[in-house]
Amino acid sequence: MAIDEEERLTRASARFWKWGRQNPKSEPEGASTDYLISMPRKVVTVYIPLLIFLFVLLFPFYWMTITTLKSNEELYDYENYSPFWVAKPTLDNIYKLFFETSYPLWLWNTMLVSVVATFLSLVCAVCAAYAIERLRFKGARLTGMAIFLAYLVPPSILFIPLALIVFNYGLFDTPFALILTYPTFLIPFCTWLLMGYFRSIPYELEECALIDGASRFQILVKILLPLSIPGLISAGIFAFTLSWNEFIYALTFISSSENKTVPVGVITELVEGDVYHWGSLMAGALMGSLPVAILYSFFVEHYVSSMTGAVKE
Amino acid sequence: MASVGIHDVRKSFGSVEVIHGVDISISDGEFVVLVGPSGCGKSTLLRMIAGLEQITGGEISIGERVVNLVPPKERDIAMVFQNYALYPHMTVQDNMAFSLKLAKAESAEIERRVKEAAEILGLGAYLERYPRQLSGGQRQRVAMGRAIVRDPQVFLFDEPLSNLDAKLRVQMRTEIKALHQRLTTTSVYVTHDQIEAMTMADRIVVMHDGIVEQIGSPLELYDHPANMFVAGFIGSPAMNFIEGRVARDAGETRIVSADGVRLPVPQTLQAADGHKVVYGVRPEHIELANGAGGVPAEVSVIEPTGAYTLAFVKMADAEVCAMFDERHAFRPGETISLAPRTDLVHVFDAETGRRL
Repeated sequence: MAIDEEERLTRASARFWKWGRQNPKSEPEGASTDYLISMPRKVVTVYIPLLIFLFVLLFPFYWMTITTLKSNEELYDYENYSPFWVAKPTLDNIYKLFFETSYPLWLWNTMLVSVVATFLSLVCAVCAAYAIERLRFKGARLTGMAIFLAYLVPPSILFIPLALIVFNYGLFDTPFALILTYPTFLIPFCTWLLMGYFRSIPYELEECALIDGASRFQILVKILLPLSIPGLISAGIFAFTLSWNEFIYALTFISSSENKTVPVGVITELVEGDVYHWGSLMAGALMGSLPVAILYSFFVEHYVSSMTGAVKE
Repeated sequence: MASVGIHDVRKSFGSVEVIHGVDISISDGEFVVLVGPSGCGKSTLLRMIAGLEQITGGEISIGERVVNLVPPKERDIAMVFQNYALYPHMTVQDNMAFSLKLAKAESAEIERRVKEAAEILGLGAYLERYPRQLSGGQRQRVAMGRAIVRDPQVFLFDEPLSNLDAKLRVQMRTEIKALHQRLTTTSVYVTHDQIEAMTMADRIVVMHDGIVEQIGSPLELYDHPANMFVAGFIGSPAMNFIEGRVARDAGETRIVSADGVRLPVPQTLQAADGHKVVYGVRPEHIELANGAGGVPAEVSVIEPTGAYTLAFVKMADAEVCAMFDERHAFRPGETISLAPRTDLVHVFDAETGRRL
């Protein structure tokens, strides 16, 4: 029995030493990160914070999902039903959302407005950023600052004068009201993001292309834009998300139900007086946030690399 | 191919003039190196030839045509940049074909020329690779290939070798020279490395603080430097300078240093007695004196390199470097007797720096 005991101890200690730092010399390169190598420490420094983050980020989605699937009876009764679980799943709320409101139309409107506004803003921002960063005309710095200042003016101040303009142009209650006003905050934002990105591309490439016989426009299209794809993607995602979630302009400039966007439609049509249709509200929020989440997950690598300013050779 | 004319060219950035009237005429097929310390305006001058900088005053012509207001793409030039400036998102093939595609050349013609250039530079196996997959030397070759395919009037090189390691630099230096001998395209090459200039150039233009100090073949500059700057810049190790005065007595001319050491000079020297001068002698033109008449020198450091021996000594109150073909084992502190080769020393006016 003593031998077994010893063997077990040896094995346990072996396991322990495998976790801990056994022989510092045999550790892989980059010894400055070796505190990440031992397992118990890795749990404390990496996995537990990661789990907390994950919980904080995913809990709203979970809450939206279970609320969507609950019947009203279950939703308002915490005594007999657990608030964290669904006893009798139902699709009634989703049915109500899709067939008793104009939700599909709202989704379509949001998509249309976001895509067109993002595209417009990107085109303008690319031209603006290139001109400010590379043409170096007189007052380029000043223009850059002015654009940035324009971004700092909050929409809650701007929406009243903008409403006047929208109304006078006869755009009120049309998708154009949003497609043309969203770029007021998207263009400054994208311009600044792209200016930083363009700056990281060596100037010699452009000079070389200039000697090779390219025009300014060809340089932009054939050299600069292919190299700025990560920057364009992150600017695009940002612009898309901002337009997708925009609330004040959409609330002010749109009145008829069939022209509303998701954030406005859900709030205005699923809250009747003091009656909140929680199930359908949550269903609407869930369906509304999924496209953006999916978009992010596809481009996350580009997005991170452009945020951290990855300059490539 | 074409000649390049630079006439009284000036360049100002704002109110600061950095190039103060430069005249250089480069003949057809010549390999001219612009050399000078950093900030002397050599790169700016090259960029003006390329059309990347505007010309503040004067005239630059390529062939018969004045190009002051001609945009870079119409100047028919090719430029190799210090960091190669290869397009990272294009393969080697596309990099080399880019200018031809922009010029709307036929695809068969493009392919033929790219293939030809790749063959000259030994890049045949790398045509499908991206710049990031190449080594420094290969990238350098691609940058040259990009210039070659265009078959331009003039090649411009802006310190193309300074990003390479020492060994590769020597190798590429020879390759560029061989390439020029083969293509005989007029080339303007900017470098701060005087060895590069000496080994590659048909003619060297030494620049300093925005002016041309001297233009000449490598050996002309070495043998007959116009002034102290050129004398000190060309040659490695650099020329030694000793301050002194001209002394004529009993029909013999000497330079006497501040502490009274008498240095030998050619008797043909044209300078008044007592004139303040700087005595210049190259390390390789100092010999060990046998017998009397040598100049005493105290050894501070000996550097044996195998091929030659460098001795840093204190002579006539100045730090002097001497270079011997033989191997010597002097001790630090030892006093030796040195003899500058009288026919090869230079005497400069102390005030103007000009050679007398």
